[in-house]
Amino acid sequence: MTRHLELKTAVMDKKTEDRSEAALGNIPSTKISARNVNVFYGDKQALMDVNLDVNAREVTALIGPSGCGKSTFLRCLNRMNDVIDICRVSGEIVLDGRDIYDRSIDVVQLRALVGMVFQKPNPFPKSIFENVAYGPRIHGLANNGEELDEIVMSSLERAGLLNEVKDRLAEPGTGLSGGQQQRLCIARAIAVSPEVILMDEPCSALDPIATARIEELIDELRANFTIVIVTHSMQQAARVSQRTAFFHLGSLVEVGDTVDIFTNPSDKRTQDYITGRFG
Amino acid sequence: MANPSEHIVKSYDEELKHLNSLIGRMGGLVETQLDGAIQAVLRRAPESAEVIVKGDAQVDALETEVGALVVRLLALRQPMAVDLRHIVSALKIAADLERFGDHAKSIAKRAIAISQVPRIPAPGLDRMARMVQAMIKDVLDAYLEGDTNKAVKVWRRDAEVDQLYNSLFRELLTYMMEDPRNITGCAHLLFIAKNVERMGDHATNIAETVHYQVKGTKLPDDRPKGDDPSFTIAEGQG
Repeated sequence: MTRHLELKTAVMDKKTEDRSEAALGNIPSTKISARNVNVFYGDKQALMDVNLDVNAREVTALIGPSGCGKSTFLRCLNRMNDVIDICRVSGEIVLDGRDIYDRSIDVVQLRALVGMVFQKPNPFPKSIFENVAYGPRIHGLANNGEELDEIVMSSLERAGLLNEVKDRLAEPGTGLSGGQQQRLCIARAIAVSPEVILMDEPCSALDPIATARIEELIDELRANFTIVIVTHSMQQAARVSQRTAFFHLGSLVEVGDTVDIFTNPSDKRTQDYITGRFG
Repeated sequence: MANPSEHIVKSYDEELKHLNSLIGRMGGLVETQLDGAIQAVLRRAPESAEVIVKGDAQVDALETEVGALVVRLLALRQPMAVDLRHIVSALKIAADLERFGDHAKSIAKRAIAISQVPRIPAPGLDRMARMVQAMIKDVLDAYLEGDTNKAVKVWRRDAEVDQLYNSLFRELLTYMMEDPRNITGCAHLLFIAKNVERMGDHATNIAETVHYQVKGTKLPDDRPKGDDPSFTIAEGQG
């Protein structure tokens, strides 16, 4: 808990700094800084010397063909790769001034700070309320039932789900529609007050209307969170992100403002990929 | 960046080729329209001028076809990067070519009027028209070949057109001062010269569009310009 608090304190300081910068003219500040990140699955190298800065309170989209390393990179950002035995990560990933691979970092607390939403909605086989209450409870974020209620309600509200579920909070989360389940997972992620939300193809199992709702939600959430999203839909990357990074064969080929990447990319591989010339 | 290779979806390439062929046809057509209109002026041939006036409908129809294809491509292909720039550029070029055609039509209409008044010698007009004709031809080659060097050359050549227009303007003023009976003919010729000068501007617009299409960046704003005759006054005036 002490470590978590240390990390939190660092984060809070950074937050104050961010606000003043924003007040001075919206200069984006770096939230996450990845330097020379290499990832190996056994002998196979999945990421090669990736250097990428993720700006605070922006949506950064990671795009690229299957197997390019974009999901591997995403999973480095909250050390999800730690759970894979043969996976080895080298290099530095700095979140608000702290290397997240430092031995002093508590991985559980890190994952509360850097939440994740997966491709397939994966609510716990519990009630809607319990799905959201679980995180704050195990992280001790609420002192009493009232506070917990408040966290659950505000998280559901911020995830744009409260109106649809407020009368059936005791019903199982798995009974919701796919899009609602995904928003429930987002509510669950934001209930533990993360700084960063990672999304791994969050809309690939959803229909266009549910997708639009999630995209609208992402756009609202970026006022308070830093979001990194992996998506196979280039249109989605174009719609939701401010910056786009293109990965190919384990390397980061190009990163830039989303508008520039989709109108005038500087690397031919980026152009060929986004215009449908190879894949 | 090197010329893009083919798309995985072949029908996309077919549609882009069709778009290019429509622009190519429009370009060829307006080139002929300009030539025909100027010849009708110089040869005092109202009948052939009528043909040019009617021919403008074909240019308009092609522009409509380009517009429809562009909307279709945007909706169905959701183009990105160089494809997006290509498709948006085609729409802009078609609009410039349509205006180019309108100017040819205006010239043809004046050819009919001018054939009824005394002949005025205007040797500079033919030269100016031939220059603009070459510009439109070259700039469309630049478009079809994705050749920005060629486009930039056209862009620079417009200064010569402006200069020719300026000297023609002065020449016609002199004729008007010499004999008021020349005024009607000269006034028509001035408008015709202005039409040709505007056509040169459309060719340079297209050159700028080609540059954007290929490189993704704008050409600088300070295009070389010849003298501006808007401020020319006849001697003895003012």
